Amino acid sequence: MEGLQTASPETEWAVEAHGLVKVFGKHRAVDGVDLAIRKGTVYGFLGPNGAGKTTTIRMLATLLKPDGGTARIFGHDLSREADDIRNRISLTGQYASIDEDLTGIENLILMARLMGYSRREAKGRADELLRAFGLEDAAKRQVKNYSGGMRRRIDIAASIVVTPDLLFLDEPTTGLDPRSRNQVWAIIRTLVRAGTTVLLTTQYLEEADQLADRIAVIHDGKIIAEGSSAELKASVGSGTFHVELANADDRDRAAAILEKRLAMAVFSAGDPSALTAQVEDPSLAAEALGELARERIAVSDFSFGRPSLDEVFLTLTGQSVSPDAHTEEES
Amino acid sequence: MTDVIERRETDNPDARLHAAVASGNRPARPNAAASTAAFATRALLRIKHVPEQMFDVTVFPIIFLLMFTYLFGGAIAGSTADYLQFLLPGILVMTVAQITIYTGIDLNNDIRKGIFDRFRTLPIWLPSALVGALLVDVIRYTIASAIMIALGFALGFRPEGGAMGLFSAVLLILVFAFSFSWIWTVFGLIVRSEKTLMMISFMVLMPLTFVSNVFVAPETLPSWLQGFVEINPISLLATAVRGLMHGTATAGDVLWVLIVSVVMTAIFAPITLYLYRNKN
Repeated sequence: MEGLQTASPETEWAVEAHGLVKVFGKHRAVDGVDLAIRKGTVYGFLGPNGAGKTTTIRMLATLLKPDGGTARIFGHDLSREADDIRNRISLTGQYASIDEDLTGIENLILMARLMGYSRREAKGRADELLRAFGLEDAAKRQVKNYSGGMRRRIDIAASIVVTPDLLFLDEPTTGLDPRSRNQVWAIIRTLVRAGTTVLLTTQYLEEADQLADRIAVIHDGKIIAEGSSAELKASVGSGTFHVELANADDRDRAAAILEKRLAMAVFSAGDPSALTAQVEDPSLAAEALGELARERIAVSDFSFGRPSLDEVFLTLTGQSVSPDAHTEEES
Repeated sequence: MTDVIERRETDNPDARLHAAVASGNRPARPNAAASTAAFATRALLRIKHVPEQMFDVTVFPIIFLLMFTYLFGGAIAGSTADYLQFLLPGILVMTVAQITIYTGIDLNNDIRKGIFDRFRTLPIWLPSALVGALLVDVIRYTIASAIMIALGFALGFRPEGGAMGLFSAVLLILVFAFSFSWIWTVFGLIVRSEKTLMMISFMVLMPLTFVSNVFVAPETLPSWLQGFVEINPISLLATAVRGLMHGTATAGDVLWVLIVSVVMTAIFAPITLYLYRNKN
């Protein structure tokens, strides 16, 4: 069916990109990104602010011209067949990409009209989406009076007035409370069940872990690791040794002791009293615990197991908690 | 699918969500007229929800007309009634020229808020987003013109060109304003903030509107300034509008305005569209 309007045959890939580059001034915001995203899956871009996630999405969504590399969306060339691509994609930006002065229903009707629905069909579709997204009571209120969670939902609703084949979601749950976040996750899962491919960016490891079939870890414009959540965890090492100290003030001292005993870099995972290291041998971890006890450093909890994505990210980006780095972080 | 099944499906929120997600079939693309109408509707809805934005087209004309008539009337023309016959067409031109900047400001806000990105990923005739907004701006210019002319009549403005003269004068202003707006859409796409845009527009509009024949006949000015006043597009428009209202316009007066309008559109509309398409 699609074959008629496209020169290239449909592939199993929603996105194929090779060596994408985007330069802003001297800053290489995206520095050689390769991607292969299978149709009907959720792909997660994981990385801190400024890593290049949004820039990559904007290039793939035809909003930014790449300075290098090539990409195909459903087999359509990004630079030559932008209109064919626009027929298949939808974008929900990081900030509400709707008219906040208009009401919820007016926004959806506007989008439906722009998609080609008749006035009557547009109204019907808007009503249907508002009901499905639990926004029917807010339909006639201006979006600027919506809560954060409602705003996100109306934003996503506006993106799926016509169910897209590929949906870009730029940090869909940033700043949302847990309940709203769960609602957005439910919407994303439903979309995928209906056949949509989703490319989402997130700073939250849990989100990538929960939703994404495959994850690319982006740092300084480069993909530094790619794979399923399980593969990423396995790539870091078989065991993660996690120590929770009773007293956060002991952390620098404990880190030094552990690094010496394990002959291994020790990382922090954000928690001021926690330390993490990749250790192959459990007995070595046990010895290290003994060492801490001898030095009278109280340990409130410890574990030895597969690493969390949080730890994967810290290991990959190499943010060690050596005392020097730690002080720098705080100042 | 029958009604019965649909009803059962919508009992459950999850099923309802799934049904809504799955039923978004893609209709045929809207044509240029349909997408332009959709954007025009958006602009009208914005007027409904943000009525403050009508201040500039209702209150400005009243303040400007009263202020300049009574401030300069006695000094420049000897009497306010005489001056009003000369001033009103010019001040109308000035007012409409100044409110054209809001087209650029609205676009600038859209870019910063992200809705601009959404529009640009739609498979539509891209200029419709701008043309739709500009068409509604033309309605705003018409309202401003109507208010000022009505107030003028109350103050003693008596155009000799009659209803036809007034009508064609306003029409000419609208053509000019539509063309002039493209300059602000270019700036709206380039500058980072609304503040910068306001500053630029002020720097352009202040000299353009004041160093013109809106307030005084150019013969009273030093010759070096006369040169600028005579080629100033605002002067050309003021001359033509004054002529149409008082029944003294020549074909040349009107033609000059039309040429300027076509040239402005021919230069700034393509730049706007280029920037719109390629904005980073």
